[in-house]
Amino acid sequence: MNNLLIWPVILPLIAGLLFILLRNHIRLQRVISVVVLGVVAGISIAIMNQISVNGIQTLQLGGWQAPFGIGLVADMFSMLLVLTTSIIAFCCVIFSFRTIGKERERHYFYSLFLFLITGVNGSFMTGDLFNLYVFFEVLLLASYVLVSLGGTKIQLRETMKYVIINVLSSAFFLVGIAYIYSITGTLNLAHISVRIAEAGQDGFITTIAILFLLVFGIKAGLFLFYWLPGSYSAPPTAVSALFAALLTKVGIYAIIRMYTLVFYHEPQITHLLLGILAALTMILGGIGAVAYSDINKILTYNVIIGAGFILAGIAAFTENGALGSIYYLIHDMIVKALIFLIGGVIVYLTGTTTLKEMSGLIRNHPYLGWMFFIGSLSLIGIPPLSGFIGKVFVTRGTFEAGYYWLGFIGLIASLMILYSVMKIFMNAFWGETVLSEEEEKGTTKGVMVPIALLTALTIALGIGPEIINSYVETAVEGLMNPQIYIDAVFGGNEIP
Amino acid sequence: MKPEPNDVVLHTVTKLAAVIIFTFSIDLFWAGHHFPGGGFIGGLTTAAGIVLLYLSFDIERIQTNLPIDYKKMAALGVLISVATGMGGMIYGDNFLEQAFGYFDLPVFGETELATAVLFDIGVAFAVIGTAITIITSISEDEL
Repeated sequence: MNNLLIWPVILPLIAGLLFILLRNHIRLQRVISVVVLGVVAGISIAIMNQISVNGIQTLQLGGWQAPFGIGLVADMFSMLLVLTTSIIAFCCVIFSFRTIGKERERHYFYSLFLFLITGVNGSFMTGDLFNLYVFFEVLLLASYVLVSLGGTKIQLRETMKYVIINVLSSAFFLVGIAYIYSITGTLNLAHISVRIAEAGQDGFITTIAILFLLVFGIKAGLFLFYWLPGSYSAPPTAVSALFAALLTKVGIYAIIRMYTLVFYHEPQITHLLLGILAALTMILGGIGAVAYSDINKILTYNVIIGAGFILAGIAAFTENGALGSIYYLIHDMIVKALIFLIGGVIVYLTGTTTLKEMSGLIRNHPYLGWMFFIGSLSLIGIPPLSGFIGKVFVTRGTFEAGYYWLGFIGLIASLMILYSVMKIFMNAFWGETVLSEEEEKGTTKGVMVPIALLTALTIALGIGPEIINSYVETAVEGLMNPQIYIDAVFGGNEIP
Repeated sequence: MKPEPNDVVLHTVTKLAAVIIFTFSIDLFWAGHHFPGGGFIGGLTTAAGIVLLYLSFDIERIQTNLPIDYKKMAALGVLISVATGMGGMIYGDNFLEQAFGYFDLPVFGETELATAVLFDIGVAFAVIGTAITIITSISEDEL
């Protein structure tokens, strides 16, 4: 029992609710949001240290022991993601102060922002399959409103698509949960794992595993991503950066959790299918990123490639692959937030999303340009930036598993990323300066701090992976040995 | 100007029915501790009563007589529930841990008091607030 675990979930919730009561105190809301996200980051570091000393921490809500109660489980993997989430949300909320506009702020923007974080943190930390569904709905409901908030025509169109596809996948999620419950008679993730290990993973359970892959794949932007580029480019920058960095990652987290804790008995079917989907995702995403000349579209297709690459490491299902996946997942969250924020600033400055209409921004905005350059290099995986170590381990993992094709496709996708982001860099920053500082549609005042923070983070993670290496290795150990997770959840109680 | 609609029957019945519905909803709420009922369904019934009032009288009149911001009510409800959950943590128990005890009260005699009721009050507030907010915002739509 560790009550610290509830805070990353309820602290943003309480703050969000308070903002509804204090609707007109915008300044206060801003301060509280920043403080809350900072505190959550601090708490997650504290929990991580407890885990590295005492093992996986659990909290059985209401004192009902597993598998009867619903509990929160904090293993190293989920806490690393909670920490990254808080840092990114911290940066995005600071970015939104200047860019989001009075009207949205008055219409509960900060409340919804924090409800979204509640849902994301809850999804990462819950130890119960149905509770995972509930937290998914919390974050989805918040995201529906955030996509549509502002009510422009394009937002309305994309919201419709986004809502329909997500309601559909949630329905499939429920069907999958119903099947799991009818077969195993439990919804506690650790207990499901025990029961499936006892009974053996037969064809029916494998089919359910694929159903879950479909459900989470839709949310993660894996293969079935056709809705994603539109929905992620419709809302304002702070929101789309948050979506790109967090929402697809929740789907990826769910796939990783299910495929390492529950459905790990038939990797030659399920994990191979995951690998094939990851490869197709990388190829299609790469083609999209190369083909478009609209800055928002290029960036969203990069999100899709990232999703494919992270899951390639899990598809390999080796220790190195999982290590690479976790490194790359953390890196991807940070760097996607970074390039989305910079992309937003570029659009904000030039007033257009078409690459051909912008040029020479580096003369007036050298810092922005070079930070974008660093972000791009990190995205491609050039040492010593944070993408490198993840790419190396994922590729090594796929080669170890004998999936050479998957590794090669990952590397080819990196070249496509290189081409697509350099296209942005050369078009937007190089060339003749067409806009003088007076002609620009906006300023970079007040938005450089979060961008600089994220850039510093990607450099720090690249140069000093030792800082988090011990944590990541603990996380991999937990992922590859489900028994550690199960023992922590049941805590020595008899497993019924 | 449109003539005033003749809805004496509706008004008279609503005035009576609303009282019955509200009483019943409170009864459902209390029943919820040991029998079918509880904060969710009690709140929903209350919301149904308020909607009936909205339907038979006009929105302005109800809002002047019942000046509640339902959005805030919903937020307050969830806050109450979360705060009840945190109550257990003060005594070093798990989040959402509940407690109950028997007390000798003047009028009721020996009565069971439980913290779960506070949680349920929060749920009821949240349900009433959300339901009324949804219904009034749909009715505000201009076609």
